[in-house]
Formats: sequence, C-alpha cells, structure tokens
Amino acid sequence: MNKDLILLGHGSGGKLSHQLLDDLIIPTLSGTPATGQNDAAVVTHNGQRLAFTTDSYVVDPIFFSGGNIGDLAINGTVNDLAMMGARPLYISVGLILEEGFSRTALAEILGSMRRAADQAQVRIVTGDTKVVARGSADKIFINTSGIGVLEHNLEISGSKAKPGDRILINGTIGDHGIAVLARREGLELDIDLRSDCAPLNGLVEELIAEGELIHVLRDPTRGGVATTMKEIAIQSQVGITLTESALPLKGAVKGACAILGLDPLYVANEGKLLAFVAPQAAERVLERMRRHPLGKEAAIIGEVTASGPGRVQMETEVGGMRSVEMLAGEQLPRIC
Amino acid sequence: MCLGVPMRVVSIIGDDAVAEIDGVKREASLMLLGEEVRMGDFVIVHAGFAISKLDEEEAQETLRLMREVFTAEDMQ
Amino acid sequence: MNYMDEFRDRRVVLGLAERIRKMAAGRSEPMTFMEVCGTHTMAIYQYGIRSLLPREVRLISGPGCPVCVTPNGYMDKTVAYSRLPGTIIATFGDMVRVPGSSSSLMEERAKGADVRIVYSPLAAVDLAAVNPGKRVIFLGVGFETTAPTIAGSILAAHARGIENYFVLAAHKTIPIPMQVLSADPELRIDGYICPAHVSAIIGANAYRSLASEQHVPCVVTGFEPADIMQGVEMLVRQMVEGRSEVEIEYSRVVKWEGNRKAQEVLAEVFTPYDAEWRGIGVIPGSGLEINAKYAAFDAEKMIPVNVEELREHKGCMCGEILKGKVTPFECPLFAVDCTPESPVGACMVSSEGTCAAAYKYGR
Repeated sequence: MNKDLILLGHGSGGKLSHQLLDDLIIPTLSGTPATGQNDAAVVTHNGQRLAFTTDSYVVDPIFFSGGNIGDLAINGTVNDLAMMGARPLYISVGLILEEGFSRTALAEILGSMRRAADQAQVRIVTGDTKVVARGSADKIFINTSGIGVLEHNLEISGSKAKPGDRILINGTIGDHGIAVLARREGLELDIDLRSDCAPLNGLVEELIAEGELIHVLRDPTRGGVATTMKEIAIQSQVGITLTESALPLKGAVKGACAILGLDPLYVANEGKLLAFVAPQAAERVLERMRRHPLGKEAAIIGEVTASGPGRVQMETEVGGMRSVEMLAGEQLPRIC
Repeated sequence: MCLGVPMRVVSIIGDDAVAEIDGVKREASLMLLGEEVRMGDFVIVHAGFAISKLDEEEAQETLRLMREVFTAEDMQ
Repeated sequence: MNYMDEFRDRRVVLGLAERIRKMAAGRSEPMTFMEVCGTHTMAIYQYGIRSLLPREVRLISGPGCPVCVTPNGYMDKTVAYSRLPGTIIATFGDMVRVPGSSSSLMEERAKGADVRIVYSPLAAVDLAAVNPGKRVIFLGVGFETTAPTIAGSILAAHARGIENYFVLAAHKTIPIPMQVLSADPELRIDGYICPAHVSAIIGANAYRSLASEQHVPCVVTGFEPADIMQGVEMLVRQMVEGRSEVEIEYSRVVKWEGNRKAQEVLAEVFTPYDAEWRGIGVIPGSGLEINAKYAAFDAEKMIPVNVEELREHKGCMCGEILKGKVTPFECPLFAVDCTPESPVGACMVSSEGTCAAAYKYGR
C-alpha cells in the first residue's frame, strides 16, 4: 500500500486520523506527548485558565436538513470549548471560498453563523477571507477558532474517567451523519430528519454546577459515539461497557442505517455530548439534562469499569456481548 | 452481499415502487418480482430492488413459535 | 409492526439460547456449524451471538464474502480500469478498501480516479445516462442475491438504449462450494446456516442434494438475532435427532422454489462458468458471467486494459479463513500486520470479511 498518500480516512476521526496525529502532526508541531488529546487546549495565563480551540469545516453538502456549514462552524467550536468546562467567549472566522461560489449562498451561511453565535452568546471578533481558483476548494471551507474562560477549578478531561462512573448522553445518536448522508448522490433516501447541530454550552453550564462529580465531557462528532468512547477509555486507561438497548435512537436513523448497512454508533453527531459522571450523581444529572431543551431524551448508556483498560464493549440489545472498536477509516454504506 | 430490509410499499407506478421503513422512503424496482405487489405489502429490498415479498401470516406464525420459548420456559 | 424489531426480541433470543444449552449439554465433541454469508458473519458478531451459545456449539465462517473469495486479479483489473481516462467506477461501498496486488480503489480515488459509491446498480445506470461522454463501469460482485439486481441493471440499460454502461462481473454461486467444503476431509462441518436472501432467490430446494449426499443438516436462516438463534436451535435439534434435512427458518421470505422471476432474469443475462475461489481453487459452474447476448455491457469484452502482474500477499491466510479451517484470531498477521487501516488481505477490509467482523466486534 502506498504510505505516502493522505486518504479521506485520515480526516474521518477514526484510527487513521489518530495515527496521522500521533505519528506525524503532534511530534512535529509540539513537544507534548501524543496521549491526552482533548477537544480544546487549556492554558494558564497570569493565573487565568483559558481554553483555546480550532476546527475546520469542509462538510459536503454545505446545506443540509437542519442547518448548513455555517451553523456547524460556530456550534462545533463553541462545543469544543464547552467540553472543557469553559465558557466560550470569542470566535474567529477564516473563510476559503472557491472562485464562482454563490454570493447568495455565502450570505445565507454568514447569516446562520451570526444567529448561531448570538444563540451561543459568543462574539465573532476577527476573521479572514480568501478566494482560490475554481477547482482548488469545494465551494466553501470555514475555519473557526475559539477562546473561552474556565471560571472554576474543575479538571474536566478525557483522562479523568473513573471506574463506577455512569455515562450519559443528552439525546438521540446518528442524526447529523444520516441527515447529511441521506442526501448524497448515489444513495437517494427520502427521509424526514434534521441535523442535531446545536450549541451545548448552556447545557454544560447546568452540568458543571455538579462540580467535581463531572469527570469527562466530550461531543461525539466524527467517528461517532463508539470512537469517542474508545478514545476516552484509552486516555483514562479504563474499561467501558455500553448498553445497546439504552441508546436513544430515532426510528428514521435506525431505518436509514438498516438500509445502508451502517452502524449508528459510528455516525457523527453535532448536538450531543457524553458526560462521565460519578455514580452518586448520575440520576440527578440525568434529571438536570432532561429539564434542558437539548436534553429531553437524555439517557444513561453505560458505565466505566476497572477491568480491561482501554477496552470498550457493549451488551447488545439481545443480551450478547461484543467489543466496540474505533472507526478505522470512513464508514461506508454496504449491501452485505 | 445479502443485506435486505423489510419495507412497506407506499406507492407503485408500473415496475417502480416507493417503499418505507421507520419513515425512511426509498425507490425500489419491482422488476424481479413475478407476483402481484399491492400498496401496503411488505417486500425485502436489496440494492434498490425488491427481491421477495414478505409473507405476513408466515411471519406471525414464526413469531408465535418463537415466543413459545418464554411462555413455556423458566427464564432466569 | 416493521418485521425487523420483532425479530430482535431479547426474551426470544435468551430463551432459545437456553433451549440450545439444554439440548447440547454434555456432548463430548462440539457441534460446528458454518455460515456462508457475509451478512450472517456480521450479524453474528454484531449481536454477540457467540457469547450466548454454550461451548458445545461452535459457529465458524465460511466463504461468505464474494469479494474475499475472488482472487486479487479482480481488484487489480478494477484498479487498472479506474486509471483509464474518461472512466467512472461505480461500486457498492463494500469493495472500496479491498486491496489488490498493489493498490485499492480508495487509494486510486485519492490519486484522482473517479470512484462513486452507489447503493443500487440502477444508480450506476443513471450515472451513465447523465455522463454520455464517459464510460461507467459497475463492479458486479456478489452471490445470487445481488446477481439478479446486476442483471436487472443491464436489462434496464438495454431498454433505455444506454451504451456507456458496463459491468465487470465476478458473481459466484454458493451451493456448489458448500458441496466442495463438505467433501473436504480436513474440515468438519456438522451443519450449515444457509443464507437468507440468496435462498430467497434460489429456493431452499437448492440445498437438498447437499443435505442428502453429505448427510449434513441445512437450515435456511434469517439475519435478525432471533432468526439466527432459531436457526442454530433447529440445527442442534437435527443433530440430536440424527436427521440431515433442509429446513426453512426464514419462512416469511424463503420458499422451496425460490423467486422464479429473479431466476429467469439471471438466466437471461448470465451463464455459469468455472470460477476460481481463493483458498479453494477452480470450482466448475460456480461463477456467473455475462452471456453473448449482453456482451455489449461486459467490461471484460468491451474495454481492453493492461493489468499489473498478480501478486498474492505472503503470509495472508484469507484462503484458509474462507474455508473455515482457521479463525481470524489464529492468523499470525491478524491485528498485528493486518489491520483495517493497513490490510494485507480482502478479509480484513471487505465490509463482510470474516477478519473485518472479528476485528471490529469480536476482540
């Protein structure tokens, strides 16, 4: 196999992505060890802890049911900051536009970004715009970076999961990925489903009122819930057991996955977070989530165990046990 | 190479049908089925074709037999 | 009632597992049942079926992955086609990562080849219609469930007068290889979990000679977990009662005579030929090729191309795995040198590959 090629799988958030980061990108760019990759960096300046993150958005199609690339660009970065327990404050926006892109489409995307920023209570304070020749970019790419403040002393990180922790999710899985995929050429599913794209910082504020009982927060975006679980299991060196029958799942996502042969555990989400919570607080946190508009279908979907560090397994809906691995490359539709 | 999903037929025009499962609709060709297909029938859809009808009575009978397992057995 | 969820009933699955446990208890030698369909391979792993069965019942995977049983030459030809200018390769997602001698479609796409994933071969016909200046080559791989749909797409292209749609066909049939495996003295197969949707097409009668000549129980089984458990229960019962018959578990879909119309469509477009199976060799009459009447749609006949020299990967045990002689865990390369990100053989990256399933769900 040609090892010099960068493949689509390297950007899909799964095993290949991790390999590229661990083998090349992180060692070259920074001195810090490869383990312990959280959604945002937490740095301390003059005693004030800040969270800093960046993300690029290249989704295709750029308009999908329930949103567009602009919504993702703001909410995704807001969420990365929120997952560290930070209050998101300021966002930068870098636009790369393909020659020939529609100004009307751009206006709509920018309008969405403004609305998303207002809803998340962040300000867009700086940005940059470039135009490249036709064919050098796919319509529009957006990079957003974000700064937030940590106004508490909590250490919320992927390395903080503890045996006994219950794992909570605020709603149904796979909505975003299926909403986007269903419309792709060649698949042609007629489905009434919206992306779940949403800012989670308001919900996070509710949760961190529980203080040190919240150990990990992470949003399962590319690679799905399965990949995120595996990442945390490895970072924290704990085992995780999931309960398939507890996973909230919309009928439409289930049906689309059945037709295309996809596993909803590996499908991207854009308005969901996983919270690892000390057992004594789990029910209380669940109630808090369910009272919030973005958590009405929240559920406890698993727990952390001491055995098998780095291993994730799932009790299937029929009572069997199977292992859960990280997504290898992209998840592709299959007919077998 | 055998993934096939039971879907309910919601519209038929000639050999082309639209079928749905859990609210997800997709086109399915009926050209591989020799028997008559009516609205509301269930078919197994594979790679965009209906490859078989689903016999609902037979399905109910299978379920009935399967469920005997926990009416008769002592479940731990 | 959607006829899917009802067959995922935990109480049924656990109840049947208990019945199996009772029937099989105390046997000195385990019963070994083979499934020969990649969809069964995946479903068994996905639901964790093996964890529910007693140690007296062993499930092994056979040559159920049509991509995996096709030697490297097919993927090499696909790669060669993808490099031709003005060519669109249309394929099911299943094939995209499968390695040939030196490359895969995924890598060729990264280098600029036009590779499109479709859910149905009819979408590939549409692609040909909207791209009149290009050739669309559809990768026709699969058993008897898929072959009629490919045949259907050729008939549709023919009816629409589309001349730039081609199929690179490598279809295989499943009952004959099952005979070959059962006749292999090194293999001990006590019963077959027969494929669900292949059987919907060919009919359960297709396994009668296998059952009677090889004295082996054959149960046509659906893909839902309750179906699989029920199928295993019926196989165990046959063994306990000393029978070797064909039974249909998946009676809501499979008939004894199968789908006559689909069989006619198959016969209209394809003829059997002697196909080569990785690990097994050439099996007479086990492949389907496009016949002379539809030669205009046959990529092999219509589009000449230079294909690189065939290289099978040293150490790859796909062949033995496909016969059920070796499990993925027994292959020294499994999860070490051969992973989904860096595969040595098709079994690790075909979506229905035995090793892919074991890697993703069975560790």
